[in-house]
Amino acid sequence: MIELIGLYKSFKGQNVLKGADLLIPTGRIVTVVGKSGCGKSVLVKHIMGLLRPDAGQVLIDGIDITKLELTELDRIREKLGVLFQGGALFDSMTVEENVAFPLKEKTKLGKAEIRERVMRALEDVGLGDRGSKFPEELSGGMKKRAALARALITEPSLVIFDEPTTGLDPVITSSIHKLIKTTHEKYGFTAVIISHEVPGIFGIVDKVAVLHDGVIAQAGTPDEIRASTNPVVKQFITGSLEGPIDILS
Amino acid sequence: MTNLLRIAGRYVLSALREMGRMFLFLLSALEMIFKPPFKFRQLLKQMRFFGNKSMLVILLTGSFTGMVLALQLYYILRKFGSEALLGPGIALSLIRELGPVLSALMVTGRAGSALTAEIGMMRISEQIDALTAMALNPIRYLIVPNIVAALIVFPLITAVFDVIGIYGGYLVGVKLLGISGGTYFSLMEDYVEMKDVLLGLYKSISFGLIVSWISCYKGFNSGFGAAGVSKATTEAVVLSSILILVWDYSLGSFLI
Repeated sequence: MIELIGLYKSFKGQNVLKGADLLIPTGRIVTVVGKSGCGKSVLVKHIMGLLRPDAGQVLIDGIDITKLELTELDRIREKLGVLFQGGALFDSMTVEENVAFPLKEKTKLGKAEIRERVMRALEDVGLGDRGSKFPEELSGGMKKRAALARALITEPSLVIFDEPTTGLDPVITSSIHKLIKTTHEKYGFTAVIISHEVPGIFGIVDKVAVLHDGVIAQAGTPDEIRASTNPVVKQFITGSLEGPIDILS
Repeated sequence: MTNLLRIAGRYVLSALREMGRMFLFLLSALEMIFKPPFKFRQLLKQMRFFGNKSMLVILLTGSFTGMVLALQLYYILRKFGSEALLGPGIALSLIRELGPVLSALMVTGRAGSALTAEIGMMRISEQIDALTAMALNPIRYLIVPNIVAALIVFPLITAVFDVIGIYGGYLVGVKLLGISGGTYFSLMEDYVEMKDVLLGLYKSISFGLIVSWISCYKGFNSGFGAAGVSKATTEAVVLSSILILVWDYSLGSFLI
């Protein structure tokens, strides 16, 4: 289980998180939604240990990772898989090398076994015949699929998806959502998804958290969020221009 | 007046903070050099990167530097009737001073800028974050191979620059201005000492450290977007060039 307790974070005097609390149950898919620039990526970067909060705690299985030394933090990160917004595939490597990279560096597996696992992972995401391509030769959707294969290759227990469908067309978006759902069913990881695909993302998640003005305005099941009377949540899921969300800031 | 002092103080403090961050970055990279696992393949790749990117420009600038030196030195030496010293004059100028400095400046413009841009692009496309999230130290994977590669490649590039420069000088001094070829090389043997070669070697190694350190640091900490990478690249080239010249004078005055 992951618990974010009273997270505060500011950059150059700008307060991004102002006491955000969130509970992410083990083995569930939780999505964090909110308007662009509201601090969703900042929130999940605390879970990855890429940022340290000004105040507050990030508990992963009861351990406060904000207090850990780098080597201890790396032990937590061993269980982590991340799909970054742009894929973050290494430009200098082929797709196959990208997916194999965590196994080569973090395990003692032989070449044959690594290759077998990589091919299986690429098949899972529908890129079995694209292993020899470089990232720049792939479309946006393919890059996300390759990045997903790399994120899952070490069979992590926690996977973070940072806007996995941004910039993709609705059909590819649905296929990525389906892929997240099927891989989740197969591996059983805990998933945190940052998304703008409202309400499309609701179909695959167990819990929705709406981030607004540095705090979680409401968290609950997709149905609870749909039925919410909270004006911020209502405005966000309906996409209305009228309401408390300042569209110009 | 108080306002002026406050602004100056803020500027000095910010400069000191930046210097501190730069030195800590260098220290963490130097510490990693001696800690396994060593990334030999990455090292070879970066050696090729520095050498391959810079060789053509080194051959061109080296030969023309030697040729210009021959012209200018011949003009000066003829006034004293010492044209025979053209060979040693060119060799000493190149080996002690111009070879290390000019080749380092050329590599800074060619490979150093490319290195900053590449690492900067990795930063803004979250590839560096991806390494960290995989529990892999980006300093070990990205920075250490570049620093070690530069320490190995810079002396080799400087040696090529010196040799090409000496032959450029030979072309002008012997083939165009009529100095004896035998005199050109034999006096060089008499006047160039091991300490001159070592001074050039020390300089080129230290310039390798400066260029790789500054280029990597600026790329690693580049700002957001294309503008951030562009700014980091410019800063890396300017700062590396200034530090090369400052360090050249400092080292030269200690080891003269």
